[in-house]
Amino acid sequence: MNSIHTFLLVLAVLFAVLYAFQPKRPKIAFIYLRYIVLILIAALVLAPFFWLICAAFKDPDVLMKYTFLPPLTEWAKEINLSNFKELFKNQPSMEGDVYFWQYIINSLFLASITTIVQMFFSSMGGYALAKYDFRGKKMVMLFMLASMMIPGVVLLAPVYKLIVNIGLMDTYWALVLPGACSVFGMFLFRQAIVGIPNDLIEAGRIDGCSEFSIFMNLIMPLVRPMTGAFCLVTFLGSWNNFLGPQVYINAQSKLTLPVVLNQYVGVYANQYGVFLAGTLLAIIPPAILFFCLQKEFISGLSSGAVKG
Amino acid sequence: MAKVFLKDVQKVYDNGFAAVKGANLDIADKEFMVIVGPSGCGKTTTLRMIAGLEEISAGTITIGDRVVNDVPPKDRDIAMVFQNYALYPHMTVFQNLAFSLKLRKFPKAEIKKRVSEVAEMLDINSQLDKKPKALSGGQRQRVALGRAIVRNPAAFLFDEPLSNLDAKLRVTTRAELKALHRRLSTTSIYVTHDQAEAMTLGDRICVMYNGEIQQVAPPMEVYDKPVNRFVAGFLGTPPMNFLKGKLSTKDGSPAFILNDGDVITLKNSNGQYKNYLEKEMIIGVRPEHLTVEPLAGQAHNGIKAKVNVVEPLGDRKDVYLTSTANQKFIANLDPHTKIDVDHQVTMYIDVNKSHIFEPGETGKNITISAN
Repeated sequence: MNSIHTFLLVLAVLFAVLYAFQPKRPKIAFIYLRYIVLILIAALVLAPFFWLICAAFKDPDVLMKYTFLPPLTEWAKEINLSNFKELFKNQPSMEGDVYFWQYIINSLFLASITTIVQMFFSSMGGYALAKYDFRGKKMVMLFMLASMMIPGVVLLAPVYKLIVNIGLMDTYWALVLPGACSVFGMFLFRQAIVGIPNDLIEAGRIDGCSEFSIFMNLIMPLVRPMTGAFCLVTFLGSWNNFLGPQVYINAQSKLTLPVVLNQYVGVYANQYGVFLAGTLLAIIPPAILFFCLQKEFISGLSSGAVKG
Repeated sequence: MAKVFLKDVQKVYDNGFAAVKGANLDIADKEFMVIVGPSGCGKTTTLRMIAGLEEISAGTITIGDRVVNDVPPKDRDIAMVFQNYALYPHMTVFQNLAFSLKLRKFPKAEIKKRVSEVAEMLDINSQLDKKPKALSGGQRQRVALGRAIVRNPAAFLFDEPLSNLDAKLRVTTRAELKALHRRLSTTSIYVTHDQAEAMTLGDRICVMYNGEIQQVAPPMEVYDKPVNRFVAGFLGTPPMNFLKGKLSTKDGSPAFILNDGDVITLKNSNGQYKNYLEKEMIIGVRPEHLTVEPLAGQAHNGIKAKVNVVEPLGDRKDVYLTSTANQKFIANLDPHTKIDVDHQVTMYIDVNKSHIFEPGETGKNITISAN
C-alpha cells in the first residue's frame, strides 16, 4: 500500500466517521470532507512559499539544517537578516558599484514599459480586428495565428542578429520592441471587443467622437476587466523574463532581477540564502499589482449597455 | 431645424446586393416622416445613410442646404435614437446626456443647464446619477431620447426606438413621442416595421419594399388610396383581402367577376378599366368593408362563402371565410352580428371602397391611378 492509498483510506475513514455522527444529514459530511481536502491542497501549494520565507530569514549556515524553521530556542541565534544585508551590499562591477535596489528599479521600469507598450498596441490592434472591415483581414488573422505556433526560443537567434544589426544591444529597446505587438494580446482584446455592440460605436460617432476618442472613451472603459488581466499577465511575463535580459543586456547596472538572482547560485557561487532572500523580495511587486487589479477581473462592465 | 432631401439615393453592397434602389424623398422642415416596411426592405439602410453611418453608392443626401454625402456623422447636425438604446454603460445618465456636449466643448454651466432641462422634460431627474444598467427599459429609452434632444440637432433619426419595449409601454411612449415632436418641432425621420406606429406618429408615411419607395403620403391617404397591392396589404390589421377574378362588363357597367362566379358591379369608371377588360385582376377589400347585409344600391355585390373561424374581439368580430373557389378572406364585423361557424353566408362588398389591382406583388392600383 503506497502513500496515495493510505491518504485515500484516511479520507474514507474520516468521511465514515463524519457520516456516523450526522447520519440524517449526509450533506454535512460532504461539506466537511470538502474543506479538509481543500485545506490539504492549500497546504501543499503554500508549503514551498513558506519554505522560501523561512529560508530567507535563516542564517546561511543553518539553511540546510532544518526543513522549515529552527526550534524556538535557537531563533535568537539562527534567525536574522544576514541574507538581506548581503543582498543589499554594494556589488563591484565594471561600471562601478551597483546596489540591489538598482535591479529592482530596472525590473520595475522594464516591466512597466513593456506592459504599457504592449497594452497600447495590442488593444488598438484588437479593436481594429474586431470592429473594422478591411481587405485581407482574414489573411492577417491567419498569419497572426500561424505566428503564434512558433515558439519564441526558435526566433532567438534571428532576433538576436537583428538586434545586433540595428545597434540595440545592451539597451532596453532590445527587450521592449520585439514584443511590442503581442499577437496573443491582440487576440485577447479582439475577443473582448467583438462583443461590444456596434450601436455603441455608432452612437459615439454621431455624438461627435473621433475614431481615437471612440477607442479611448468608449471601448477601453468597457474592456477594463480584460485590460487588468492582460496587464498582470504581461507584467509578470516581463518581470520573470530571464532569457531576454540574459541574452541582450551586458552591463551589470542594467540587469534585471531574475538574471542577477541567478548570479548568486551560478557556477562560481552558491549563496542560496541570499538568492532566496532576493526571490522573496522579487515576489512583492507582482503580488501588490495582483491585489490592486484583483477587482478588475470580477466586474463585467458591459451589462446595461443595450437591452437585456 | 432643416429639411432633408434624398435624390436617387442608392446603396449597393460589395456582394452586389442592392439594399436601396434609387430613393427619392423630400422631408419638409419640422415634418415627422415615418419610413415603414417589412424586414429587409431597406428602411434602416436609408436611415443609416442619412445619418452617415453607411456610405451611399449613388445619389445625393441634403440636410438643410448642405449636401452631406461626404460629411462625417458628427458634422451632419443630426441625432439618432437606436433600437437597443446604445447608452454608454460605464457612464451615468448625466454623463450620457452630457457626452456629446462635452465633445463639442460646451461650457460646463451650459451643459448642466441643458441636461437638467432635458431631464425635466423627460422626467428622468431622479435618475441622473444612475448607470444605465440600474434603469428599466422605459427609462433607458428616455435617456436615449434625451441624449438626442440635448444637442438640439437639425433632425432626429429614430431607428425602431420602441421595438424593445413591452406592448403597454410602447403605446404610452408612442404618445409621448408625438407630444414631444409637437413641442420641439424638429424634423424627425422614424423607421419602424410597426404599422400602428407609422399611422399614429407620421405626418407622412413612406412605405418601402424591396429597396424601393412605394408610396409617400399622409397616413390616411396611404390607407385609403394605396398605390399598389403591397402598400394596400401592408397597412391594416387584419390586412386587406385580395380576391382573384377578371374585369368585365355587365349591363354596360364595369364589373369584377370573381373566380367563384360571383359578380361585383363596380362604380362607373372614368375609363381607367378599359385597358384591363377580360384580364386577370385582383380586387382588394378591407375587412371592415365587408358586411353581412347588402349596402344600399349594392344588393348584387355578394360573395358566397363558408365561415371557418369566428374571433370575437370585444370591439369587433373577425370572421375567417372561404369562398366557393377556395379563396380565403377575412371580414371585420360588428361584435353583435350573429354568424356561426361552418355556415354558408353571403358577404357584401362596399365597392366604393374596394380597389382593383394588377396581378403581382406590387401590382398597380388601377382604381386610384386614373383619379
